[in-house]
Amino acid sequence: MNIINNWDWNTGRRMIADIGEWKTRYQWVEEPYVSPDGEKIAAVIKPPDDEVFTICENGAPWESTFDKVWYPRFSPDGKLTALVSEAGEWTLAIDGQTPEEKFEFAWDTRFGADGRNIIYIAQRERKYFAVINNAPWETGFPSLTGLAVSTDGDRAAAAVQTVPFKEAEIFKFQEGCYSVAVDGTAWGRNFVNVWDVVFSPDGKRTAAGIRTSLYDYTVAVDGVPWEKSFASVWEPQFCPSDNSVTAPVRSAGSWFLAKDGKILWDRKFVQLWQHIYSPDGKKIAAIVAPTFGRWTVAVDGNPWQITFGEMVTDAVFSPDGKRVACLGKENEKWTVIVDGSRWDTYDMAWQPVFSPNGKNVAAKVEKNGRYTIVVNGRPLKDEFAATWDPVFSPDSDKILIKAIETGNNENKYFRRVIPLGAVTK
Amino acid sequence: MAEPAVNNTKQITDEGIVRGASKLTPEKIERVINSVLKAETGARLKTYVDICVHCGLCSEACHFYLSHDNDPRFSPAGKVKQTIWEILNRKGKVDAEFIKRAAEIASTECNLCRRCAMYCPFGIDIAYLLITMRRICHKLGVTPQYIQDTAHSHSATINQMWVKDDEWIDSLMWQEDEARGEIPNLRIPLEKEGAEIYYSVIGPEPKFRAQLIYQAAVIMNASGVDWTMPATPGWDNSDMCMFTGDFEMMARLKKIHFESAARLKVKKIVMGECGHAFRSVYDVGNRALGWKMPPIPVVHSIEFFYELIRDGKIKIAKKYEKPVTFNDPCNMVRGRGLHEMGRFVTNATCEKLIEMHPNREHNYCCSAGGGVINCGPPYKKTRVDGNRIKAEQLFAAKARGAKTIIAPCHNCHGGLEDIVHHYGLDMDIKFLGDIIYETMEKPE
Repeated sequence: MNIINNWDWNTGRRMIADIGEWKTRYQWVEEPYVSPDGEKIAAVIKPPDDEVFTICENGAPWESTFDKVWYPRFSPDGKLTALVSEAGEWTLAIDGQTPEEKFEFAWDTRFGADGRNIIYIAQRERKYFAVINNAPWETGFPSLTGLAVSTDGDRAAAAVQTVPFKEAEIFKFQEGCYSVAVDGTAWGRNFVNVWDVVFSPDGKRTAAGIRTSLYDYTVAVDGVPWEKSFASVWEPQFCPSDNSVTAPVRSAGSWFLAKDGKILWDRKFVQLWQHIYSPDGKKIAAIVAPTFGRWTVAVDGNPWQITFGEMVTDAVFSPDGKRVACLGKENEKWTVIVDGSRWDTYDMAWQPVFSPNGKNVAAKVEKNGRYTIVVNGRPLKDEFAATWDPVFSPDSDKILIKAIETGNNENKYFRRVIPLGAVTK
Repeated sequence: MAEPAVNNTKQITDEGIVRGASKLTPEKIERVINSVLKAETGARLKTYVDICVHCGLCSEACHFYLSHDNDPRFSPAGKVKQTIWEILNRKGKVDAEFIKRAAEIASTECNLCRRCAMYCPFGIDIAYLLITMRRICHKLGVTPQYIQDTAHSHSATINQMWVKDDEWIDSLMWQEDEARGEIPNLRIPLEKEGAEIYYSVIGPEPKFRAQLIYQAAVIMNASGVDWTMPATPGWDNSDMCMFTGDFEMMARLKKIHFESAARLKVKKIVMGECGHAFRSVYDVGNRALGWKMPPIPVVHSIEFFYELIRDGKIKIAKKYEKPVTFNDPCNMVRGRGLHEMGRFVTNATCEKLIEMHPNREHNYCCSAGGGVINCGPPYKKTRVDGNRIKAEQLFAAKARGAKTIIAPCHNCHGGLEDIVHHYGLDMDIKFLGDIIYETMEKPE
């Protein structure tokens, strides 16, 4: 499975849509969304002389209109979805079509990696459940939050309330009224709190951060808590190679990385979170604060020399697991950091993207209200009114740029494929 | 300090305190107290305790003390003496009855307003001493029932009012619909990545003050700013866990708040008119996570409104006619120094501002803040009786013509409403957003 192999990787530039023209046709046009392959652009619109809404995709409006439309999102394989409401009933429209199944509310659309499975949360008669390909769970819960979806989208899980309690029944709450529901079935063991549900890479197991009393935090895997508890815990992760589970844990006022309940890295941090695995599972990187107020990335416990005062976020491994990139912020300016070396500064930056061979890094950035793509620290010559995350070709030789241009092409959306050499020379 | 005027010993009936204390043993109390003192307090507590000369100058700063005829038990130093000092003196060897009373004092007879710190010759932050007592009570499981329930809501829903994820989104859409009746093209942009501003509110806004979201949407749309609100947990910037002493949960709430803003790639967070939430986001919660300052700039509504009016983004069509007085919220004024900005906005929108006295950083607390109002009905009388001085302050402003109180803080609103009713003040209470919405030029 690699959807991007089928995309048009011929070098060149094509106009896909003129958003400016849409604006002459409709009462309003909201911010647009672009398909992963860049071939489609869509936005919520309000047709003329009417009090309804719909979606315009590449200049063509959906035939159906709705009382409300929000959260337009493209699936990885290019299906256009939006949450829509008619006469107070909600559902997910896909490419303009709505299913029979309707709910009192629906939200938080997700996709499996190949787009085959589409998942969201819904509520009906005060019961909450996940919906996969329009099929709701058989069991609903009094509350549900933190939807997690397996990589292929075949399975869904979430933190759910399993025991009812009344207002201000604090001691009943503290007995444990929450669990994790996987495909509609609760783990069978309740906890005081459940957060950050995650699936294993193969989708067979689930883990979550839990609180077993007001003071004891740990990780539960398939409903079984680690033997040791901690003063706090952040989101756990499954190791891709051996199914062990790791999580940042707090102990004696410091943060550590723990594996299956035991401290893994031999050093402590003021903060440690958002840890990620290399695709082969052999390396772990995490956002850390080695000292109060200074932030960086630690790889296998070793922090980079470079630190930032305001924020470090969006860490990502290269596909070969050899490199790490992230974003850093200092004095209200953002930069991209790759293996501890920083690029220029910007008003905003988006998560860096590695080429499949791991040799190149690109990121969307913003400066003075204009956007561009920076590749290996070098910005494109063009600035855009809007752009989306770049995508490298499967052979790592080209880059796909999706952008609404400026100047003579104001409001026009173009899809362009550029040889990497043209950017990095 | 004068001697006690009355014996105010009373039966404690709060289930959170009584039932929580019933589970305590002397050994557990001693172990927990000494664990907190050893692991979490350090030089700051020792310094404060060592340098206090018991001069009593903090007493006149406290609305509880002044409102109880100078009863020293209600003085800041008196409250410390009945709680943390006694614990230190007895090295944690106190009984459950002591803890019950200490929990009440720390949680319901002190608003952590920090007015006393300004009057201490050594600048001792007495609020820190009382929050340390609350922390010990949290670790002992002895916290007033209603604020503990709020802390539970925070932990389960990441907002303080048990608002479910769909209810939040639905509330925003409802307010958008309502506002479109007035301004047809108005929009509350949900999940708009890359917007300039992330607008965050507190749990009570979607629950029972939804008109504030409506008004904020009108102000945002009229001023033409690029803004968004999240459709995920993280939208509630409030934090009662900061006030129960559940600092681990406080940190979790702030993490989710900042992460939701970072995910949406905004430049800054603008907060609604809440004081304690600002304290949590700007000062306490962010630092508990390891940030010296908020990772994304946080702008309170007072400052945001000031900028909008100063820059001409909001124009006033007709000023508010009734004479107003301005209640400086503790966390926005002593905590951030926004008092002149508040007056700028008030003068720009109102015909006449009549100052209450004292004012600015010397203003008396509303007696609702610091989580006290969240301790619920059992303590309403405590906080209203404990703020007679606020009623007197307002009566004096009223005598000089003030008819409306502007209070740019949710807790101030709740507290002042009770004081206005209890003492028969017959004054209106408004947020700055109420006044701006009422007086501004609105788009067609």
